[in-house]
Amino acid sequence: MSVDALYQEIILDHYKHPRGKGLLGESLAESFQVNPTCGDEVTVQVAGDPSDVLIGYEGQGCSISQASASVMSEMLNGTPVATIKEKRDAFIELMHAKGLGEPDEEVLEDGVAFAGVAKYPARVKCALLPWMALQDAAIKAGFITEEKS
Amino acid sequence: MTTALDVARIKKDFPILSRTVRGGHPLVYLDSAATSQKPECVLDAERAFYETSNAAVHRGAHQLAEEATQAYEDARAAIAGFVGGAPEDLIFTKNATEGINLVSYAFSNATAESAWGGSPDPRFILRPGDSILVTEMEHHANLVPWQQVCARTGATLRWIPLTEDGRLDLSDLGSLIDSSTKMVSVVHQSNILGTINPVRQIMDAAHAVGALGLVDACQSVPHMPVNVDELGADFITWSGHKMLGPTGIGLLWGRSEVLSGMSPFLSGGSMIESVYMDHSTFAAPPNRFEAGVPMVAQSVGLARAVAYLDELGMDAVHAHETELTAYALNALEQAPGVRIIGPTNSVDRGSAISFVVDGIHPHDVGQILDSEGVAVRVGHHCAWPTCRRFGVPATTRISTYIYNDSSDIDVAIEAISTAQRYFGTSTTSKQGCES
Repeated sequence: MSVDALYQEIILDHYKHPRGKGLLGESLAESFQVNPTCGDEVTVQVAGDPSDVLIGYEGQGCSISQASASVMSEMLNGTPVATIKEKRDAFIELMHAKGLGEPDEEVLEDGVAFAGVAKYPARVKCALLPWMALQDAAIKAGFITEEKS
Repeated sequence: MTTALDVARIKKDFPILSRTVRGGHPLVYLDSAATSQKPECVLDAERAFYETSNAAVHRGAHQLAEEATQAYEDARAAIAGFVGGAPEDLIFTKNATEGINLVSYAFSNATAESAWGGSPDPRFILRPGDSILVTEMEHHANLVPWQQVCARTGATLRWIPLTEDGRLDLSDLGSLIDSSTKMVSVVHQSNILGTINPVRQIMDAAHAVGALGLVDACQSVPHMPVNVDELGADFITWSGHKMLGPTGIGLLWGRSEVLSGMSPFLSGGSMIESVYMDHSTFAAPPNRFEAGVPMVAQSVGLARAVAYLDELGMDAVHAHETELTAYALNALEQAPGVRIIGPTNSVDRGSAISFVVDGIHPHDVGQILDSEGVAVRVGHHCAWPTCRRFGVPATTRISTYIYNDSSDIDVAIEAISTAQRYFGTSTTSKQGCES
């Protein structure tokens, strides 16, 4: 089907079997983000310290938004801020590549499966939702000082 | 398949319906509650206006200005006539949202003017303790403006709750409409649930306590015969683009006696009587509410759309849609894992049908349908509180019109089962894959 590029098996697997889902017992900061056009919701919490950022999340929504949260959590939970920034930049670049991006699997790991999402403008927002929540929570926690990516 | 309309012939009038989408699938357009497609005659009428008579209306001494003004006012008369109203009571707006804002600002403006010693129509002055009534199934366009009015004036917003099957629960109407009520604004046909509401009863209750009443008729005027006198409202608003007309034009009909007491909404050119450096006086309705150069070509296109609907006959349009809605409701009810949000029978029900598919988010349902050529709306349909009421974050919605038939529904139903196979949700299980 034409949507096979969108719904990669990795994405469907993360959607059906989300990794690391659940909120932290205690957190330094959290961010609730919502996609007002479709009602997708995600809450991301951060804890720990800049060398070892702990990430918790909860949410409801479409397969793309929820799989993206799962991939992000699996990739970044327990990593230093520098890693978060590097992978965040790579993921955002991929999402804005209109489907022409050639992601580096070394950097984005399961995130490479989202390359096809960038061909569907209405779904890019879904994929970015948890990443925006992480960015916001990390700024609130003082882990990231820049205002925007 | 319905008996009231010759859909095969009608389809030929709509150029867009012959295109393919997503790798060669014939377009199955089931999103007419969002916007309708346009027949060639509407496109031709708009183009012909630009090619022969284009000019700014109500100004200019030349022949084109005369012809453009005539076309604009002829359009007003034709569209007013379509709903049994008088042309001088019909205001052109950019969309229905503007129509509701125009009325809501009449309240805000009158309240502000009265605080400075002005003497606006007292029916539009709001004070703390006054109330405005809407329903729990309003489109945001008929909810947010009233929230804003309350925030500016101290009035209280009330709403009529819903029953489980998606109807208005009118059991408490007697206490919801009381001596504090100044405005009652309700949707005629819900854009998310499809419910057709007994607006006449509600308008009569509003008038019994001296309140004004507005009916949001965006989903009813395109689909069924509507007569302004029979609805019994003070204001009726709807949009052109949902009834085969162009985008950029909406309608607000008002009772002349009420319109004449209203402060203007947008101000500037065209809406004045006299202008001095320190003050101005305003034109009579409808011009008072049409500041700036209006949407002339769009009015011409919409007048042609109204003529097209008249040629089909609104009774026939309504009969066709009722029959097709019954077919779609039945097909969705038979489909395993599908739950309809809203009335499940076609009594007092329009053709917008919302549903959820167990275990598959509406956004994903819509994506798979799109990949099969089926265009539907997903999300909260600008009726987020209604979604919350039914405990769903979003729904998938199919909505039909004169160019749809049962084969379109069949394609959609098949695409839903394709989505279920794709996402691996058992077609009989209620178990979702969301964990």
